[in-house]
Amino acid sequence: MNFLVCLKQTFDTEEKIVLKNGQISEEAVEFIINPYDEYAVEEAIRLKEKHGGEITVLTIGPDRTEQALRSALAMGADKAILVETEELEVELDEHSISQVIYAVLQEQDDEFDLILCGYMAVDDGSAQVGPRLAQLLQIPHVSTITSISVDGKNAAIEKDVEGDTEHIQTTLPLLVTTQQGLNDPRYPTIPGIMKAKRKPLTRYELDDLSLSEETIQSKTTQKEIFLPPKKTAGLILTGSIEEQVTSLIEKLNKEAKVL
Amino acid sequence: MSKKVLVFADRKEGQLRQVTLESISAARTIVDDGEVTVALLGSDARKETDTLTHHGADRVLLVEDSQFDSYITDAYFLAWQQVIDQVKPDFIVTGHTTVGKDVSPRIAAHFSFGLISDCIAIERNGDEVIYTRPIYAGKAFVKKSFRPGVQFVTIRPNNIPLISVDPSRSAQIEELTVPIKHDLLRTIVTNVVKKAATGIDLSEARIVVSGGRGVKSAEGFQPLQELADVLNAAVGASRGACDAGYCDYALQIGQTGKVVTPDLYIACGISGAIQHVAGMSSSKVIVAINKDPDAPIFQIADYGIVGDLFEVVPLLTKELKKLLPPA
Repeated sequence: MNFLVCLKQTFDTEEKIVLKNGQISEEAVEFIINPYDEYAVEEAIRLKEKHGGEITVLTIGPDRTEQALRSALAMGADKAILVETEELEVELDEHSISQVIYAVLQEQDDEFDLILCGYMAVDDGSAQVGPRLAQLLQIPHVSTITSISVDGKNAAIEKDVEGDTEHIQTTLPLLVTTQQGLNDPRYPTIPGIMKAKRKPLTRYELDDLSLSEETIQSKTTQKEIFLPPKKTAGLILTGSIEEQVTSLIEKLNKEAKVL
Repeated sequence: MSKKVLVFADRKEGQLRQVTLESISAARTIVDDGEVTVALLGSDARKETDTLTHHGADRVLLVEDSQFDSYITDAYFLAWQQVIDQVKPDFIVTGHTTVGKDVSPRIAAHFSFGLISDCIAIERNGDEVIYTRPIYAGKAFVKKSFRPGVQFVTIRPNNIPLISVDPSRSAQIEELTVPIKHDLLRTIVTNVVKKAATGIDLSEARIVVSGGRGVKSAEGFQPLQELADVLNAAVGASRGACDAGYCDYALQIGQTGKVVTPDLYIACGISGAIQHVAGMSSSKVIVAINKDPDAPIFQIADYGIVGDLFEVVPLLTKELKKLLPPA
């Protein structure tokens, strides 16, 4: 089987957001593979262990994102594609990104049986690129999956729907977006990390791809980034537990009016 | 020419979701004197027409067909596509829900539309419409607008204020038939296993009672569930509680997991790690119950009780029972 995992490098979820000249500062920030994409990498590896095949991991971003690809290679992916956007001056949105991935896939010799993407990225959180890509490729997709098994061209999937689980039957080629609970991603081993350094990584620049400026021109544009107003610590209630509970109910009812 | 907004209504188990009414309010903010069309799919769609009209719809488009009672991506895709072809909207608004999140990006890719998802505020600046959405799960926010073209947005439940209801409004009601060939549907739902303890959806709940590592076990969630029942609230959890196996990942609130913005958030035994806080700090009122007076959660709480949640929560439930009518 041929697997493709689309991943994004994101800030570690423990990072605070700091603005510098109106933009989010990357200074001293720890980067990780977007946690949802890590489930996608892990699931591809597990499926490959069962059915054989090859896993390609792909990302779009600045030079630093090679590190995320190397981590995925160290976990067990076979080869990587990096579409570099370092010097890019045009704005890319979800429309542009899915068009870029689509164009990269047109360049590949292989067809992918299963494409795995994280259900969303923990930075932008828009949950668009996976389903958009499936539409461009004219293949079905199932989002927020918590289980998948493949038998020939058939796939049996469990999908999280606001806490309920839907059992879904579908066929390959297929795109899935991965949800928490799907698996527990492995840590790369030392030999894995050593091997990853020698695994093939293909770099593209946007100019290498058959894409017109019009095709990747973003449909949306960013006007301003701002931080939420700082929450100030409120009132710590005092007295016996009974008194505190009574006082809390009174305040929720009369002051905050939320009951 | 006046502008046209198309709202896709969202129902859960036959009930109209609140976010649909919020979507209509958003539509009216976008075009106060334009035309708002609401499209509604599924059996008995007609019974909702008055509600939709009173909340601001000028036209209601009904696709009354039981095959839309449960969600299948390809079927909804075909229906939405046909509705869009018929209405030819300038704007499209729907909820950032299971359905909205799943089908909107496909529709956007098909029509080559821009899509701004998960909007929490919409404002107009002359002819320009500006959409605010959270990034980094609410650690920051971004204001976005569209380049020329159809403006397609999904809105987060609980954030867009409702415009006033006008029972004297009337709307044009139309029916639409969407033929679906079953062999064209590429995914089949064979079974649905209900896991959610209550019918209250976490992302739409007005009140959330949430537990962390301090809950100590799966059984430890029982007093929280009892409190939630009295308040008609949903139960949530921190990553710590989910990772420890006390509850299902579907309950997780945080930068991984769900982001919630209820009127009242009651954090029980939650320390307040930054990745959890990102998912709940926009709640209107936050109550923290924690044994550790130095827990960071108290820094963002409006009201704090330093104490054992197993003492405080049952007492709170008991006292609230006296005050509130049974749910």
